[in-house]
Amino acid sequence: MSKILIQNGRVIDPANHIDHLLPVYIAAGKIVSVGQKPADFTADIILDAHNKIVCPGFVDLSVRLREPGHSRKGSIRSETQAAAAAGVTSLCLPPDTRPIIDTPSVVEYIRDKAEQAGYPNVFPFAALTKQLKGQELSNMHALKTMGCIAVSNAMCAPQNLLILRHAMEYAVSHDLPLVLRPDEASLSQGGCIHEGAIASQYGLPSIPAAAETIAVAQTLELAILTGCCVHFSQISCQGAVNKIQQAQNEGLPVTADVAIHQLHLTDTDLIPFDSRYHVLPPFRSQADKTALREGLINNSLAAICSDHQPHDLDAKLGALPETEPGISALETLLPLTLQLVAENSLSLSQAISLLTDKPAAIFSLDKGSLSPGMDADICIFDPNKNWQVNKDTWHSAGINTPYWEQTLQGKVSHTLQSGNIIYQDNA
Amino acid sequence: MNSALQLNAHGKLKHFLSIEGLSKALLTEILDTAESFAGITGQAVKKVPLLRGKTIVNLFFENSTRTRTTFELAASRLSADVLNINIATSATSKGESLLDTIRNLEAMHVDMFVVRHAISGAAHFIAQHSAPHISVINAGDGQHAHPTQAMLDMLTIRQHKKDFTRLKVAIIGDIRHSRVARSQIQALNTLGAQEVRVIAPKTLLPAQIESLDVTALHDMEQGLKDIDVIIMLRLQKERMTSALLPSESEFFKCYGLTQKKLACAKPDAIVMHPGPINRGVEIDSTVADGPQSVILRQVTNGVAIRMAIMSMVLQQSTEPVA
Repeated sequence: MSKILIQNGRVIDPANHIDHLLPVYIAAGKIVSVGQKPADFTADIILDAHNKIVCPGFVDLSVRLREPGHSRKGSIRSETQAAAAAGVTSLCLPPDTRPIIDTPSVVEYIRDKAEQAGYPNVFPFAALTKQLKGQELSNMHALKTMGCIAVSNAMCAPQNLLILRHAMEYAVSHDLPLVLRPDEASLSQGGCIHEGAIASQYGLPSIPAAAETIAVAQTLELAILTGCCVHFSQISCQGAVNKIQQAQNEGLPVTADVAIHQLHLTDTDLIPFDSRYHVLPPFRSQADKTALREGLINNSLAAICSDHQPHDLDAKLGALPETEPGISALETLLPLTLQLVAENSLSLSQAISLLTDKPAAIFSLDKGSLSPGMDADICIFDPNKNWQVNKDTWHSAGINTPYWEQTLQGKVSHTLQSGNIIYQDNA
Repeated sequence: MNSALQLNAHGKLKHFLSIEGLSKALLTEILDTAESFAGITGQAVKKVPLLRGKTIVNLFFENSTRTRTTFELAASRLSADVLNINIATSATSKGESLLDTIRNLEAMHVDMFVVRHAISGAAHFIAQHSAPHISVINAGDGQHAHPTQAMLDMLTIRQHKKDFTRLKVAIIGDIRHSRVARSQIQALNTLGAQEVRVIAPKTLLPAQIESLDVTALHDMEQGLKDIDVIIMLRLQKERMTSALLPSESEFFKCYGLTQKKLACAKPDAIVMHPGPINRGVEIDSTVADGPQSVILRQVTNGVAIRMAIMSMVLQQSTEPVA
């Protein structure tokens, strides 16, 4: 395996408090050293990172690959390739594939396909309940043995609190954290946008923020009751951020992430009836957006994810309420995160931390840092490069993004996975 | 947002999807045009040749006898050919997509779609995806808009009250689920009504009602004070089964328009209802058939308004582009 030297780059490795111009030495797929040249190191490949930032590969906690089961929308190959282009070297896969990730053979299929593709590490979440129906427990032990790192309800709310309680108790017994997308279905059912002024004016079926806050509050009580570690995924509102922060202050083992687009868009930004803005949870109010950004600073939200959901054209061809929710978001993850830095919401180091060591720490993944001995999963990006989101620059099979044909700043130039260059920007 | 899609480069109506974004001058032009057609509908020969050779498709994804009939009548009085397609019993129930249906009709060289659909935004979507020569008129989409109904209501109000700027209007009933109410509110505010009130229990009001630029009240007698125009809305039966209201009788007791409650409004207040009426649920028969009721006048005006909008929309397409 090649020895690689990355030189002239600004290395930002938040886990090790590094932010300096330093060389990075890689051999046998591992980080050998950052800064100090190892003895007898002769690089086979030298990557020049002048004016670029060298950081750990991103750890994305929610990426739909659409395989198995939704091949019209994307494949493991197409979407992991998009991940590589986005600087993502590790990604978590929610269990709502078809078949659902509730049997070991599905995990095996996904693992094999991902290995064949040769792109990022895929960490599947197991279904919390069989078929995600919210009724019977999944075979959590067997799924964990096959490599699932957590159990998750994906987009499906558990049928009742008793079943959720039992699932949490069983997950604790197998040392599995629960990944929960909080949603009280009776309040959100049929809704497609935030219950605010826009929904009222346009007569669109809406989802109150309380649907999320109530689910968070209930689950927190069950976390106390069961001792289960809970990670809330794709938080969208102020009430939920407050509840999570309060629980953390009380010492509960809870964490949460936020989807990148929630940190930028609100319900008033959406072009009415434009299906590209159809996302769940929906874009909320300005106050919610502000609270989410504050949550990144005060640590109640420990990760930014893409919540990548590629779709085929037909899925988005209709007036907003008739279409499927979700945004193809991997490839805008970095530029939109950098935009938070440009808007002074985060320092660059904080922003990178929210994409690397912090999400890795939530699931104790040996990822997200440039410590010697770690897998050489590295992202090199040019923070100042402008690029247009269009068919020439895009890799995902889904072009369902509100940022289509917009110009964004910040582009990945190289992605390394265990010392292999899995993406190189040729533009 | 709709204004860009609805208007052509000269500011003329290309589609008619929503009141939102349309100017007071344009709404007034619609009313004036309708007024000129109102004369025709009273004549022995009720046809004008304005749209001869044009083909209009009534594309109804939801059943509606009244609205469809007035559109059909309006089109035929303008000498257009009319095709009625009831989608509930047509292609989309065989699995054909909405867009495929539209493409097929376009291929038959039609000029206009009149669309009624259960999803908010459907007419907007069809307008965006139709061929450039086609105009779309929204005949009601989900809970979003029913702009031709709102305009016929404005015509009725103007015929009885003249000056909008001195009017206080109350809309009563199921505002939350009403596309009619949303369009009426926008039209009244654009035309400069002094005050628009909505009166309903909180279960029948949109969550952010204040964003609609109205005063919301829960008490009918208080709400009707000083009111010039009363608009009652139809109450759907399913509001009772979905726990929004306890019963029809309790609704009638609180929000049904009776002679007694009508007396709280100005003595010359007019009473309107988009129909069809649930007698004894939202309105008492003595009021619906009483001297202050202009409900049948609304129906008559429905034809004139739709003639006005159809002719304005189709005539802009034949004007030479400068």
